[in-house]
Amino acid sequence: MVDKIHVKTTINGLPQEFLVDPFMSLLETLRDVLNLTGTKEGCNDGNCGACTVVLDGRIVDSCCVLGAEIEGKTVETIEGMAGPDGLHPLQQAFLEEAALQCGICTPGFLVSAKALLEREPEADEHRIRYWLAGNLCRCTGYDKIIKAVQKVQA
Amino acid sequence: MVSTQEYKVIGTRPIRHDGLDKVTGRAVYGADIKLPGMLYGDVLRSPHAHARIKSVDTSGAEAMDGVIAVMTSADMPEAGDKIVDLGEGEINLKYASNHIIASGKVNFKGHPVAAVAATSTNIAREAVRAIKVEYEVLPSAITVDEALADGAPIICEEMVGDDLGEEVKNTNMASHFRHEFGDLEKGFSEATTIVEHRYDLAMVHQGYIEPQNATAVWNEEGRIKVWVSTQGSFSTRTQIAGVLQIDESRINVVPLEIGGGFGGKIPIYLEPLAAILSKKSGGKPVRILMDRTDVFDATGPTPGGWVNVKMGVNDEGIITAAESDIRFDAGGFPGSPVGAAAMCVFSCYDIANTRIDGYDIIVNKPKTAAYRAPGSTHVAFATESVVDEICEKIGMDVVEFRLKNASKEGSRRADGPIFPLIGNVETLEASQASPHWQSELVRDGGNGKLRGRGIANGYWFNIGFKSSVNLSVNTDGTVMLVEGSTDIGGTRVSIAMQAAEVLGIPAEDVRPTVVDTDSVGYTDVTGGSRTCYATGYAAYNAAKSLITKLTTRAASIWDLSEDQIEFSEGKFASKSDPELSMTFKELASQLNDTGGPVNSTGAVDLENAGGSFATHIVDLEIDPETGKTDVVRYTTVQDVGTAIHPSYVEGQMQGGAVQGIGWALNEEYFMSDEGAMENASFLDYRMPTSLDLPEIETILVEVPNPVHPYGVRGVGETPIVPPVAAIANAIYDALGIRLRSAPMNPGRILVALKEKNG
Amino acid sequence: MHPFDYVAATSVDQVNSVLAEHGKRARPLVGGTDLLVQLRGGRFELDVVVDIKGVPEANVLDLNGSLKMGSAVSCATVYENEAISAAFPGLMDAAELIGGIQIQSRASMAGNLCNSTPSGDTIGPMIVHGGQVNIVSSSGSRTVAVEDFCTGPGRNVLEDGEWVLDITFPAPSSSFGAAYERFIPRNEMDIAVAGAASSLTLDGSGNISEAKVSLAAVGPTPVTVGAIGDLLEGKTPTAENFEAAGKIAYDAVSPISDMRGTIEQRRHLSGVLTRRTLAKAAERAKAG
Repeated sequence: MVDKIHVKTTINGLPQEFLVDPFMSLLETLRDVLNLTGTKEGCNDGNCGACTVVLDGRIVDSCCVLGAEIEGKTVETIEGMAGPDGLHPLQQAFLEEAALQCGICTPGFLVSAKALLEREPEADEHRIRYWLAGNLCRCTGYDKIIKAVQKVQA
Repeated sequence: MVSTQEYKVIGTRPIRHDGLDKVTGRAVYGADIKLPGMLYGDVLRSPHAHARIKSVDTSGAEAMDGVIAVMTSADMPEAGDKIVDLGEGEINLKYASNHIIASGKVNFKGHPVAAVAATSTNIAREAVRAIKVEYEVLPSAITVDEALADGAPIICEEMVGDDLGEEVKNTNMASHFRHEFGDLEKGFSEATTIVEHRYDLAMVHQGYIEPQNATAVWNEEGRIKVWVSTQGSFSTRTQIAGVLQIDESRINVVPLEIGGGFGGKIPIYLEPLAAILSKKSGGKPVRILMDRTDVFDATGPTPGGWVNVKMGVNDEGIITAAESDIRFDAGGFPGSPVGAAAMCVFSCYDIANTRIDGYDIIVNKPKTAAYRAPGSTHVAFATESVVDEICEKIGMDVVEFRLKNASKEGSRRADGPIFPLIGNVETLEASQASPHWQSELVRDGGNGKLRGRGIANGYWFNIGFKSSVNLSVNTDGTVMLVEGSTDIGGTRVSIAMQAAEVLGIPAEDVRPTVVDTDSVGYTDVTGGSRTCYATGYAAYNAAKSLITKLTTRAASIWDLSEDQIEFSEGKFASKSDPELSMTFKELASQLNDTGGPVNSTGAVDLENAGGSFATHIVDLEIDPETGKTDVVRYTTVQDVGTAIHPSYVEGQMQGGAVQGIGWALNEEYFMSDEGAMENASFLDYRMPTSLDLPEIETILVEVPNPVHPYGVRGVGETPIVPPVAAIANAIYDALGIRLRSAPMNPGRILVALKEKNG
Repeated sequence: MHPFDYVAATSVDQVNSVLAEHGKRARPLVGGTDLLVQLRGGRFELDVVVDIKGVPEANVLDLNGSLKMGSAVSCATVYENEAISAAFPGLMDAAELIGGIQIQSRASMAGNLCNSTPSGDTIGPMIVHGGQVNIVSSSGSRTVAVEDFCTGPGRNVLEDGEWVLDITFPAPSSSFGAAYERFIPRNEMDIAVAGAASSLTLDGSGNISEAKVSLAAVGPTPVTVGAIGDLLEGKTPTAENFEAAGKIAYDAVSPISDMRGTIEQRRHLSGVLTRRTLAKAAERAKAG
């Protein structure tokens, strides 16, 4: 057996310290060690985006990252998206535009879309669809998700 | 056509009550649950599609540190041949039990053989690998034709098949049934044009993003509590009770948020395994999660198989006869949705002479389950393609032909029922008038790409069944709504809206909660497009009952008789004294001082439902050099009855259409000769991404369902029916090639183009 | 999954020593988008993974005419660099179409190369851009052309203890152009059914002085078709000549049939994509 690794990191702006098995993914770490279950597992092999988080400013599939890798880094998850002032505009737009049905892919879409609008606030429909192609949704046909993102741009 | 009835709440678009939890990550789904002392389970699955289990040696797993319990089929109660109804059809309990964990034989790759509970996920996974199973690998049958061929391996050896009422042994044909009406031979003899073709479809998966999961405690009192992701908490309870052979009342099923189902989360898979492992570990909670490969290999996709359709028309363009032969692969145990397919195959048309044969055939693939209008997409692919071919032969407009032959109120569906008021004609007319159909198709897509347009119809009958709702009034004038329908896509809000409409209060003032099976009356599955219809009806009844009780209370406050009080526009008022009037809220505030709380219940068991028709229009762009198809415009037109919450109705239409687009173009179980699904990952299963789609336009046609107080029809399933056929028709329009095998992927298009062009 | 240890290395020597100690039971980790998935799927077992993202030399991205790209540099970092994108358009094409944004944020081209699948999207572009792989170990270093790196599906020239530190590309001339295209049934998130990377250099009179084509997913390793270079050298960059090059590609490849495509489909696509990428490379070469 291998020993657990001690990790000090920043998650949603808060310092965190924990022990983790070195082979455990960041997804499992968030969910099972830190109880941040808003990040979801859909495929566990980097093909659905349900586990999308921001790692040092870039969106990644947390299933393809080890928990031990976030030592000294910053991670943002869905739980950090709304603040004391209320929901992020994207969260509000998803509600108003009915951009979710079952909701399991929603945290991943919100994290990806937020990163997109921070980098490319003027992204056109094709660019939004390209940027979100790493996030699968099986309920909505994407139409209302795209429109919710565009609503925030408007 | 929009219903003219004036509503205050119905037809508006309030924010769903459960939305906030879902956009913040707070909503608790099945895999999110963590209980004190919880153990982690894993399942050993067969690597073979068909094999006899000669021995299972679990000693290696049992010896591992951190392994608490190990189970095999020996830990399951002996299952007899008992037929039970689990909410969406009857099932033999013995097959249900053997499906949960293999006994003696494995019938498909991924079939569970043993299970383990351990102190961590990884220990459980390693322990499963330490179990040694000796298999005698048997020849497998993967397609319906292989399974029916002479000398085919027999998969369920003791099964007695039903061939038009005759018992058959030593067969993979679980059933063969027939619907006949009129005089088929006479009908075809009256035809001047006859078209007949066979259409093949690969097995496909619902593709919900959340894998199956179950957490269970089996305590010392013999009571079981399970936390699950399910479309039906009560049907889950019935299934668990059946295979574990304990009373339903000793089981409490807690439905957590569900990450998609589309029919695939009606059957149980992990629940009995988690419960037995819990019992064997002394009542500790045991959680088992599937991974994506498990989901593809071992849950319930929808069948592959083929549909033959023969149709004849006379010189006036009237269909005189139609015949169909439908053969579905059931998977490793009997029970494909071929019966439903037979109900839908000719349902869009009024045909005097018909015959339909259906076959349910066992193959060495995962046991199939429902998938959104199960079976109807298959048959629409065949019928709607044949209809287009007929139109071309007789030189008739494809919409005019469909309108001329359309089923309407009073038409007989080929399997027997007479249609009540339906919106087939209205849907076709709305399609004909739509901006999409009226627009000119630019055939040159640029860069050598060719465009084509297709149209197709679809139908799903929808179901009613049983639902329960409880209401209680808060003194602030809000109302708590407790229901048993699990909410996959926004039904909390659409059910709350129906109660709010009756009560004359805003949708936001009705607070809906989905509760466990101990806490509400029996409710059937969230499936069959029944939830907004039937549970909404129960909510309507509960709200009506609440108004009756509140009227009594108002009467006692005012010292009047009930019949002197009327309730309208959200106000209780005396019919004679204009001074005596109270809003719902004002009355609520007085309840505790005037006799105590007021609660009500509503329960329904609805025999009938309103069927729903849809017409889809699609423009495709195809690169003839690569066979690549892109959808460039898509319109869904559907008779939705009354749209309670139009956004979620549109969402159902868009989502169903896109699942159908994936089915048409790329999705399939790509099987090896040995019966393994080779593309059991989201990477290679190729569901549509956002970049593969255009906007999905929606046109809601509202022909109110006469048997629902607000005219609700089910809407969720019909949208997946037309897309495969519409795309096949559009490919023909673009390239002049008629593809009769789904998926119509780039490889198949290239081959067909080569055959055509030499 | 067999439990493995994790080492966050901060120096080349540290990576060398871990790999030297564990041999086949250790591998470097960059994006994890292949490695972690393969470990989870039980494809092979490791005792330790060495994260090289903290090694400064593996993070070099130095454009100075030629390009030196450290093995830990993510695809996104490459395509976000406008100067590199302009100078190395073939690399840019591939970096932008691997996976989705989430994968591009983590995956590196060196990782794609070391994974050595015939369908690796960045390998062909690195070949036609003339990439040279700097392989290091505790016993020294050696250089191998990207073209010679892969030896079979999932196999390559790396010996136990060796790893890739960086890949260097020569400065392209002003009349050089390159392009990569792959065919997938969707528009993102797929593995190539077939892919083609092409490069062209034009001489002063606009004739082709050098041409290179490398095809993906149509053989056990990336297939570099020398005969296309022989055909095109000295010729003009015309549709007819590129069509003829496509025919050579069709005959040169040796694909298999699997869930992603058939032999005939892949041969056909090799021809189409060769023609298309040569045309695109020529446009870029002309544009300078």
